[in-house]
Amino acid sequence: MEWANQLCENRQFGSKMTDSKYFTTTKKGEIFELKAELNSDKKEKKKEAVKKVIASMTVGKDVSALFPDVVNCMQTDNLELKKLVYLYLMNYAKSQPDMAIMAVNTFVKDCEDANPLIRALAVRTMGCIRVDKITEYLCEPLRKCLKDEDPYVRKTAAVCVAKLHDINAQLVEDQGFLDTLKDLISDSNPMVVANAVAALSEIAESHPNSNLLDLNPQSINKLLTALNECTEWGQIFILDCLANYTPRDDRESQSICERVTPRLSHANSAVVLSAVKVLMKFMEMLPKDLDYYGTLLKKLAPPLVTLLSAEPELQYVALRNINLIVQKRPEILKHEMKVFFVKYNDPIYVKLEKLDIMIRLASQANIAQVLAELKEYATEVDVDFVRKAVRAIGRCAIKVEQSAERCVSTLLDLIQTKVNYVVQEAIVVIKDIFRKYPNKYESVIATLCENLDSLDEPEARAAMIWIVGEYAERIDNADELLESFLEGFHDESTQVQLQLLTAIVKLFLKKPTETQELVQQVLSLATQDSDNPDLRDRGYIYWRLLSTDPVAAKEVVLAEKPLISEETDLIEPTLLEELICHIGTLASVYHKPPSAFVEGSRGVMHKRLPARTGSGESTESPDVGTAAGGSAPEAAPSIIPSQGDLLGDLLNLDMAPPTTTGPPPPNTGMQMGGMDLLGGGLDSLLGGDIGGSPAMGAGFGAAPAVMPASLNAPVGGGLGDLFDLGGGVGMPMGAYIPPKTVWLPAMKAKGLEISGTFARRAGVIQMELILTNKAMSVMTDFAIQFNRNSFGLAPAGPLQVLTPLGPNQTIEVSLPLSTVGPVMKMDPLNNLQVAVKNNIDVFYFSCQYPISMLFVEDGKMERQVFLATWKDIPNDNESQFQIKDCHLNSDAASSKLQGSNIFTIAKRTVEGQDMLYMSIKLSNGIWVLAELRVQAGNPNYTISLKCRAPEVSQCVFQCYEAVLKN
Amino acid sequence: PQAFQIFILHKVLISRNYMGNMDMNEVDHFMPIMMRMEEDAESLPLVTHGSAHFLWIKHRNLYLVAMTKKNANAALVYSFLYKMVEVFKEYFKELEEESIRDNFVTVYELMDEVMDFGFPQTTDSKILQEYITQQGHKLDVGAPRPPATVTNAVSWRSEGIKYRKNEVFMDVIESVNLLVSATGSVLRSEIVGSIKLKVVLSGMPELRLGLNDKVLFEITGREKCKTVELEDVKFHQCVRLSRFENDRTISFIPPDGESELMSYRLNTTVKPLIWIESVIEKFSHSRVEIKVKARSQFKSRSTANNVAIMVPVPSDADSPKFKTSTGSCKYLPEKSVVQWNIKSFPGGKEYMMRAHFGLPSVESTELEGRRPITVNFEIPYFTVSGIQVRYLKIIEKSGYEALPWVRYITQSGDYQLRTN
Repeated sequence: MEWANQLCENRQFGSKMTDSKYFTTTKKGEIFELKAELNSDKKEKKKEAVKKVIASMTVGKDVSALFPDVVNCMQTDNLELKKLVYLYLMNYAKSQPDMAIMAVNTFVKDCEDANPLIRALAVRTMGCIRVDKITEYLCEPLRKCLKDEDPYVRKTAAVCVAKLHDINAQLVEDQGFLDTLKDLISDSNPMVVANAVAALSEIAESHPNSNLLDLNPQSINKLLTALNECTEWGQIFILDCLANYTPRDDRESQSICERVTPRLSHANSAVVLSAVKVLMKFMEMLPKDLDYYGTLLKKLAPPLVTLLSAEPELQYVALRNINLIVQKRPEILKHEMKVFFVKYNDPIYVKLEKLDIMIRLASQANIAQVLAELKEYATEVDVDFVRKAVRAIGRCAIKVEQSAERCVSTLLDLIQTKVNYVVQEAIVVIKDIFRKYPNKYESVIATLCENLDSLDEPEARAAMIWIVGEYAERIDNADELLESFLEGFHDESTQVQLQLLTAIVKLFLKKPTETQELVQQVLSLATQDSDNPDLRDRGYIYWRLLSTDPVAAKEVVLAEKPLISEETDLIEPTLLEELICHIGTLASVYHKPPSAFVEGSRGVMHKRLPARTGSGESTESPDVGTAAGGSAPEAAPSIIPSQGDLLGDLLNLDMAPPTTTGPPPPNTGMQMGGMDLLGGGLDSLLGGDIGGSPAMGAGFGAAPAVMPASLNAPVGGGLGDLFDLGGGVGMPMGAYIPPKTVWLPAMKAKGLEISGTFARRAGVIQMELILTNKAMSVMTDFAIQFNRNSFGLAPAGPLQVLTPLGPNQTIEVSLPLSTVGPVMKMDPLNNLQVAVKNNIDVFYFSCQYPISMLFVEDGKMERQVFLATWKDIPNDNESQFQIKDCHLNSDAASSKLQGSNIFTIAKRTVEGQDMLYMSIKLSNGIWVLAELRVQAGNPNYTISLKCRAPEVSQCVFQCYEAVLKN
Repeated sequence: PQAFQIFILHKVLISRNYMGNMDMNEVDHFMPIMMRMEEDAESLPLVTHGSAHFLWIKHRNLYLVAMTKKNANAALVYSFLYKMVEVFKEYFKELEEESIRDNFVTVYELMDEVMDFGFPQTTDSKILQEYITQQGHKLDVGAPRPPATVTNAVSWRSEGIKYRKNEVFMDVIESVNLLVSATGSVLRSEIVGSIKLKVVLSGMPELRLGLNDKVLFEITGREKCKTVELEDVKFHQCVRLSRFENDRTISFIPPDGESELMSYRLNTTVKPLIWIESVIEKFSHSRVEIKVKARSQFKSRSTANNVAIMVPVPSDADSPKFKTSTGSCKYLPEKSVVQWNIKSFPGGKEYMMRAHFGLPSVESTELEGRRPITVNFEIPYFTVSGIQVRYLKIIEKSGYEALPWVRYITQSGDYQLRTN
């Protein structure tokens, strides 16, 4: 764990009384005065001077100029003074490394002082000074202090190992400190054990494969014993460490749970949450029919409820975690609805979280109470809270069918209040209720329509328009209502425009005779006057459909909509599992995996819940995927197939901008509308004979006169746009750094042309882009986003286009990429879908990257490991390729490949044929082994690739070809 | 007070970088975020700037902020921040700007001792006071050594404590949390109990506390007695948790002086001790009329003291008039409530209060929430749950006799009755 601690205040310093006298105002000669005082012969004066220096440092003045003078005061017999000098050193040593060396002698001497307090102080301070020369001298004293007779010194030295490791990991390993640290886990003193565990966990976190903690039943037993004896903080270190262990079977799991449960009675909420984490994780392994499983479930509820009596910040952490726990194991808190009722004086963040959990716990049994509460909340004054309460009522209706009617009438009551935002929220949720229970509550439409004028939020307007379109046949003046929106069409937001387009087409299909004019108006607004590609494309599709095959149009546009699910914002199961493993931490509060917000967590494996294993079943390494135990990198599945939907993702870009905190807003069904059209509708679109059938819709009799002229040309282009989107431009895999190609032609992006390539420079993956403005107006506000992709590529920073891009201007940008983004398997594997935004619009394109940019620098495998791995990978995973027309000899090939991090491990020559054995490591830890056969005089090479993830072979082969031929 | 803060300068008072590799200037982003949230009437105890996460609590006008860039244990951080407040309060009486500035040397020393590299260490202020004192020390003579207690399994009590007279004072305090809907039905009723100790004992005494705990009586087969079903119990670090888990025995070596030994929670629905019925009628542009009836629903041999009933009134109300059958009324415009005080309220009694306020003819546009009526009271010599201390056994190897003293009190906790 890493954190600094600060006290802030909101007034400036004045000065009176006691220590505060040291904070006098700055004068010009102050430094000189202090210098003189520091060098004074009088001890008291010296001490006063050091205090003044520290006071200046505290208020942020730079007093580093006094370094030598302060260090001179270090050799003192006054403990208070010594501590102050040490404090000064910690702050300034880094800026004065050469002078810091002056302090080394005193440090080393202090490490041997008779007083353990001084020994510990010295070793603690030395570890905080991040200066190489100091760390070198730290090794010997540290070694002694780790074996000190006084536990106070040992516990301090244990932490010091973690500090040193953070500065110089190699040094710690070379000096054997890790082994000493491991030995301290068996120390007789509980505090030493706890700190050793904390230090080892910290080190292991940055070295996930080090197997440092080496958790096994024996060491677990030691930890569980220490758990009873150490301080509350030590208990947390140990519990957090235990949570990384995966028991071998359900019996071991149960016995650990039994020894951890008493911690649920600890007064410290953090101890309780860490214990809950261990129990939630290990419970996964217990058979559900086991009596103990039921007992454990019952034991978890009371402590979770008690957490709600803690301080508000801790309540917040608890509630965010309870939100996860309720999703994972709803049975634990199903009878505890009432404890989540909101109190008037709860802080708003607590109120909102409680509301979330109330919805999750709502069931037929408690719905009456829940609704009464929600109605109460909906009349409060805090806008966010009220909105959420109104939405919650809608979600209850969807979740508990028996309550739907009551919910709808409650919502109608709320609409009568005429409070603007209440009305808008109510309409948004009523739309969802309509979708869930079609043909049931349409009688309320009239009431909704009365409020049409008061809707000023896009989401509410879109919802209302959807309702009008969906029920057009029952609303007499549907055409008038929709027409009224059409006037300001171009001022509406995209979601309203899209919805209006669809609604009017629906209306037309339902009442063709009276609405021809209206539909033509909207189609022309969408296709000709709009520069939004989504809108234009949808417009063209409708237009084309209506003009060619109105029956198909009906099938597409008025198709049955998929039912909306009861739980709208459930966390995806694998993420939920990971978050359960992080209970109590920031990840559990953000509901995001640590990799999403911790820099440099690349390569850290995602934590998983253990799988259930019976006592008699296999005991072979079940701890794959836990931070402590991952044995072979290949064992962790790196390419995670996922349900991800590109269109959904891409649409999300403009529909719901990513929010920084809090759960995503409930799915409103608007996105569904979009996906319906492009996803579900696509088949029928392509299957239907476009342009074939002349069967014109009855209502379109008048259209043809206009259509052909305005239709033919744009339709081709429009549809072409749409279907080309995924295809991208074929990327030639020419060189190590492929030449730049045009990824996004200007004509598809309102004048923005993007070309680029990928490169790996000094271990950093970069996307190198050239942006050209071929439009007439200035472009600003550039941003870039990637869709999920096979290797988790993601921009490591914002797209740095700092100045506006004027017409005919070109800018070259280099965007560093990280590989810690969300992962989804793409086809082809190296396909990358990119969205670029500027002040004009959002544009999408896809490109393919040479997989060689993912080859990492430490990809050279040990010979022995190579042999074993080669044998170990099943032959089914081997693929063979031919590289034709290559005129390099084997050595030249080898060195050329090395430039791309393809390492030759061994070379063998058999009958004039050179066999090169090579290894490659991908950024996600996948190893690829290769055998390259080069026959003298034969320009055709043969290459065999073996990999645990054979999907990558094709891409790797392409890289070979590209590298060797350029 | 909120508008006030925007105008004053915010800056760091004191800080400590526990991990050398962090840029301390990142905290400069914190106060602007706080101010922005305040403007938007938002609040979150966890805020982010770039890759830095700030976890903060507020004590008086001081922010205690922890900054991290890793996936830190958030529960631990908040719990530690509150612990720091406790330590500072023990040292300096009150934690405020002045006490920090007046004692910055000690504050630095404490910060160095309570946490190392982000790992909390000793946070027990009594033990800390044994070796971090507020006087300077000569190293050779009399410089303090780390007390063995710091690293001992018994990390909360030092050896060699001596008193002439050995005594233990116990306070059993029960707080009643109540939430009643505007229609008068009890939504939540909860008792949160706490047993506080003041220990004046020599040596290393072993204590065993016996309560009329239902689970314990079931184990030992004495089910006829009146017992209490504790829903959840939390113990001080000193109590042997595994022992309690096994046979419900509460055994411990107590910390010296004052501490909270345990807390417990009960969900058993009890009759609300003080029941309020109210009618608040608002006649727009003219007046508000309030009628409140308070009834004590406990046995007549007990008496509630210092009862205060806070009834919300619109913030623009004026010219108050009151009439009470007992006690006195006060209008507190800064809180927009009328407070009805009843010094002594015996069980089984019922009192009335009427209040009348004028309203301005021009209505304020600001929406007001419907604030609940809240009640404060305390009832001595009484526990609402019926919990009893059956014994407190004190054994010390020197064999001294020690007397335990027990007091019971019930008080209002979060006691809210919603209004129409």
